[in-house]
Amino acid sequence: MEDIWVFIEQDEGEVEGSSLEVLSRARELGDKYGYQVTSLLFGAEVKDLLGDIGRYGADRIIYVEDENLRVYNAEVYSKVLIELVKKHNPNSILFSATRNGRDLAGRIAIPFNSGLLAHVISLDFDEEGNLTGRVPGFGGSIAAVVKCINSRPQLATITPGVFEARIFDRECIYIEEKVDIDLTPKNYIVISREKTPTKDISKSDKVVIAGQGTGGELDLVYELAKLLDADVGVTRPLADRGLASRDIQVGSTGVNLKSKVVLILGASGAPHFVSGIKDCNLVISINTDPDAPIREHSDYFIVGDIFKVIPKLIELIRGGGGCLEI
Amino acid sequence: MLRNIIVLIKIVPKPEEVVFNPETKTVDRSKARNEINEADKNALELALKLKEKYGGKVITLSMGPPIWDKYIRLGVAMGADDAILVSDRALVGSDTLPTSLTLATAIKRIGDYDIILCGEESSDGGTGQVPPGIGGWLDIPHITYVSDIADISEDGWATVKRTIKGGHELIKVRIPFIAAVELGSNKPRFPDFRRKRWAEREFQLKIWSLQDLGLEPDRVGFQGSKTTVTKLEEVKPSERKREVLTGEPEELAKKLYHILKEYL
Repeated sequence: MEDIWVFIEQDEGEVEGSSLEVLSRARELGDKYGYQVTSLLFGAEVKDLLGDIGRYGADRIIYVEDENLRVYNAEVYSKVLIELVKKHNPNSILFSATRNGRDLAGRIAIPFNSGLLAHVISLDFDEEGNLTGRVPGFGGSIAAVVKCINSRPQLATITPGVFEARIFDRECIYIEEKVDIDLTPKNYIVISREKTPTKDISKSDKVVIAGQGTGGELDLVYELAKLLDADVGVTRPLADRGLASRDIQVGSTGVNLKSKVVLILGASGAPHFVSGIKDCNLVISINTDPDAPIREHSDYFIVGDIFKVIPKLIELIRGGGGCLEI
Repeated sequence: MLRNIIVLIKIVPKPEEVVFNPETKTVDRSKARNEINEADKNALELALKLKEKYGGKVITLSMGPPIWDKYIRLGVAMGADDAILVSDRALVGSDTLPTSLTLATAIKRIGDYDIILCGEESSDGGTGQVPPGIGGWLDIPHITYVSDIADISEDGWATVKRTIKGGHELIKVRIPFIAAVELGSNKPRFPDFRRKRWAEREFQLKIWSLQDLGLEPDRVGFQGSKTTVTKLEEVKPSERKREVLTGEPEELAKKLYHILKEYL
């Protein structure tokens, strides 16, 4: 039986949630077309992670343990993956379109002359068994339907948040691979890392999103978010200016939200941004410009100055609404 | 002392000026103004800074149609010492595999390269796959999401800052290598007026064909690609109520509070 591989990312023992979303989608495709679904896991001590990963739809997990695999290293990870592909000849390899997933997929496409679909928002096989998916273009206002042409393995990176990680009740076997190559990095050495835990806002129920109209003054935004028990997201220009991490950038080059409610402060509604809020339940936006494009993408569009409206809103929330009459 | 620092530059249409025609299902870029891909400007700025500190020659390399000429000159105006455009009709339709092959082959032809820099991804294609691909073809290290190159040592190693989820890491990488530079990681300089005039009027752009690179036409373009676009679809915006609320700030805050109340 041919194999769909799903590369499961881990970082110092923590599994990347979006890898499991990809795994669940691979399971659906495996059932639909009769493929075996294999997860790949590289790391230093990863045995403890196997049981949990297996639940998301894998028939088997091939894992490689080595101290040099503790954190992502482009040189060592690509070396190991290339060896495994040569040995097992999978039909397809799927990656979550995270920084490291894109990095690895782009490299291993070369030695195998593989077709590689980039950050697709849907994934399937066509009648000839070629991987096919949709890619948002020009800021998300257009989707291109793309497919691989007769290459094996064929590759795709999948945008985080487009599929749901689901638990499947089935057997999963674990296979430890010992690769017969020296894994000491020769040209690429990770010498230090600085990380603070980041919230994955793609799963948040409530998000307050700051746009250019906030002038980058995020204190008010964080204060409101805290009161609403919401997380904070930003538009691309704010991340470009280094005011917030790209991990909380909303839109086609960042995170897609599926929130129950989003409150958008001072974002005009550029196409690449609105593609990130299209799956949200309730969209409320505030903008001084009554003709801002975001209006078309909002359930409630408030024409007003956020620096005047939000402080009042904060007062109301603090006071529990009181006896105010509308 | 560094040898060649090669910066890959792509010319892209301004995204907001590209029009999609839902009837013909085609993208009309003809009315859009072009510009250097923003992240590539960050790569060029980083290259120019490295040159100031460690010497070397900054050469820009592009792959595209001859009309890119005038936009590429802006890179020379910013301070690039030389610029090369690979242009050939056979390249039309290239996906990331032949694109990275073509650029890697051109880089080999330039020769004596120590550092290759490019933007993390282009605003029109946006795959980000070309930098690791070039690393693969040249069999040199690639590093993506680079915000800075902090140091280059005498013995041929560079210390590179790479963005990761929730922070960054420092990577020691052996020269030569290719780095994909993050959008917004620095402030690209404005061209000096006199240099700009020289770049526009006197600078001679080198144009290389596939034959110059010794590449067979069947390895590039549609024939050499392993992916294809089967169709374009317009993505319809979600159905929204689009209720517009106006009034004094206090009144608006009250209305907003009432909408949000059930989520508190």
